[in-house]
Amino acid sequence: MTTPLIHLRALDKTYRTGGRPLHVLRSLDLDIGAGESVAIVGSSGSGKSTLLNVIGLLDEFDSGTYLLDGRDAQGLDDATAARMRNELLGFVFQSFHLLPDKDAVDNVALPLVYRDTPRRERMDRARQMLARVGLGDRLDHLPSQLSGGQKQRVAIARALVTEPRVLLADEPTGALDSSTSREILALLDEIVADGKTLVLVTHEAEVAARMQRTIRLHDGSIVDGGD
Amino acid sequence: MRGWRSFDGWVDALSQVMARPLRAGLTGFSVAWGVFMLVLLLAAGDGLENAMRWNYRDDAINSIWLQSGRTTQAHAGHPKGRRISLDDGDVELVEALPESGHVTGRYIPPGDTRIAHGSRVSTFDIRSTHPDHKHLEGTQLITGRFISERDLEQRRKVAVIGRRVATFLFPDTRPEAPELVGAEVRVAGIVFTVVGVFADEGGEREESIVYLPITTAKAAFGGRDHIDQLMFTVGPPELDAASLAAADRAIASVRTGIAARHGFSPTDRAALRVRDRVHAYADVQAVFVWLRRFTWMVGLGTVLAAMVGVGNTLLISVKERTRELGLRRALGARRSDLVGMVLQEALLLVSVAGWGGLVAGVGLVELVRRNLSEDNGYLRDPDIDLLSVGVAVVAIVVSGVLAGVVPAWRAAAIPPVVALQDE
Repeated sequence: MTTPLIHLRALDKTYRTGGRPLHVLRSLDLDIGAGESVAIVGSSGSGKSTLLNVIGLLDEFDSGTYLLDGRDAQGLDDATAARMRNELLGFVFQSFHLLPDKDAVDNVALPLVYRDTPRRERMDRARQMLARVGLGDRLDHLPSQLSGGQKQRVAIARALVTEPRVLLADEPTGALDSSTSREILALLDEIVADGKTLVLVTHEAEVAARMQRTIRLHDGSIVDGGD
Repeated sequence: MRGWRSFDGWVDALSQVMARPLRAGLTGFSVAWGVFMLVLLLAAGDGLENAMRWNYRDDAINSIWLQSGRTTQAHAGHPKGRRISLDDGDVELVEALPESGHVTGRYIPPGDTRIAHGSRVSTFDIRSTHPDHKHLEGTQLITGRFISERDLEQRRKVAVIGRRVATFLFPDTRPEAPELVGAEVRVAGIVFTVVGVFADEGGEREESIVYLPITTAKAAFGGRDHIDQLMFTVGPPELDAASLAAADRAIASVRTGIAARHGFSPTDRAALRVRDRVHAYADVQAVFVWLRRFTWMVGLGTVLAAMVGVGNTLLISVKERTRELGLRRALGARRSDLVGMVLQEALLLVSVAGWGGLVAGVGLVELVRRNLSEDNGYLRDPDIDLLSVGVAVVAIVVSGVLAGVVPAWRAAAIPPVVALQDE
């Protein structure tokens, strides 16, 4: 592996709950290369979602080093963090997080608003991305008119529309039935095959097994699958 | 494109407002009502002030009127209860004051007040005055001239008649017709030549008067040097900062001077009654200044209360949209983008509702203005000036922004990871 796309060294993060420190990430070392697919697994409270949030620049860490695409991610100002999220990262959530009053195209086009893409181009790219995830015939549908699997496809299209380097998925099949889950996983396989880096959090062994690498967390430390 | 100039941003804000029509409608109504009331209050204040000015239009507002009475204090060997009579010497005394401008005496001939031309005879008020009287009464000549100094010097038998007098005596001639100048009328049986016809903003009563030169009238009707009233102006026609002090000085000088001439105490208010229109008008003006401030306070208070409602609505909206705000942060929105988004929503709601209230208020004021009776003595020509409209608009925009600041700040302060987990 050459220069890792995601490079974590001695990463620490502590929450304070009721005045007591809760160590959620402990001296964590991790490298993820471009094009890799990685599953983060662990029991509830092991720190896997926190790790994903830190990687996604949605949460800050206390100490250590985090380089994302070679850029230091510590102490970023709000605007820089927002730009890096927009340019480098795509997010897929368990509960889809689609805006209910916007149709599929507008939902997918939303990240492009924050890179000042002209409206016509935004719409074109959103339509193309929806066609790519198999929803070319659902462009004008509101989320309430879509099934769970279709909603997740819209969410994946939204994550990919900015052509990010890394796709971060938090339990992407957690709210789906097994048949739909398989469809979504197949779609994620295609995305990885296209060269995207995929980091997903899951508690499903079947999902983790489809990834190239599985990292197991326990009490905020990597116990298996690290460097 | 994002930010204030973004069309999408405004469309987004509109869709957010329209997504909850009842809430937006009720909040918008409170804003519109606040602005509507502000406009109405301002216009009502303006109408009241105009009515006050209108009621003061008859006589010069910078005038002081003197009338003699009976003494209530024994003074310099004179018993109390003595009747004081103003005379030509008092006129000269007032003319000599540095504060006085136009000065006139007024002598009302006693007894017969019949005015006649040919077979047409009626009773009208007769006033004999100095030439400056026209400045104090606001007399407007519609033909000919007013009484002149030469009329006084030569005791000419000339008369200036009011429009109603002219209409009655000369029913076949328009009152403004030049041919009325030179016509003869009999005043208490003595023939006078008409030299002018006047109108007066004081209305019909003030146009039912015949003015004569004061010297002529005294000679003709036995007035000797007696005058009934003495009036003079102080300072410019529109009161300025120095008017009140000048009036105070003039009144003090007049009381002292006239008291000395007639041998009564300068502190005896009943012996010389002073009607000070300068202070009276200034007092009324002061009331309107306070009324205007009160109007603004109440009006802006109403708008402010509405804005608190807007702020509350936005706070609820932000709370409801917490996950969406977290999502937007995850997708690349900066804190400032979220602040802008909420402020846009606030501005849109406030602007549309505020403009609605403004248009409705101005419309109602215009309707009232057009249908208000000319005789209305309490409300006249209510209007709001451009400055007030401008201030109201600025107040709307500023308060709209202020109403959105707290919710916007709240929205931006929520860490994205927390926002995304919001239930």
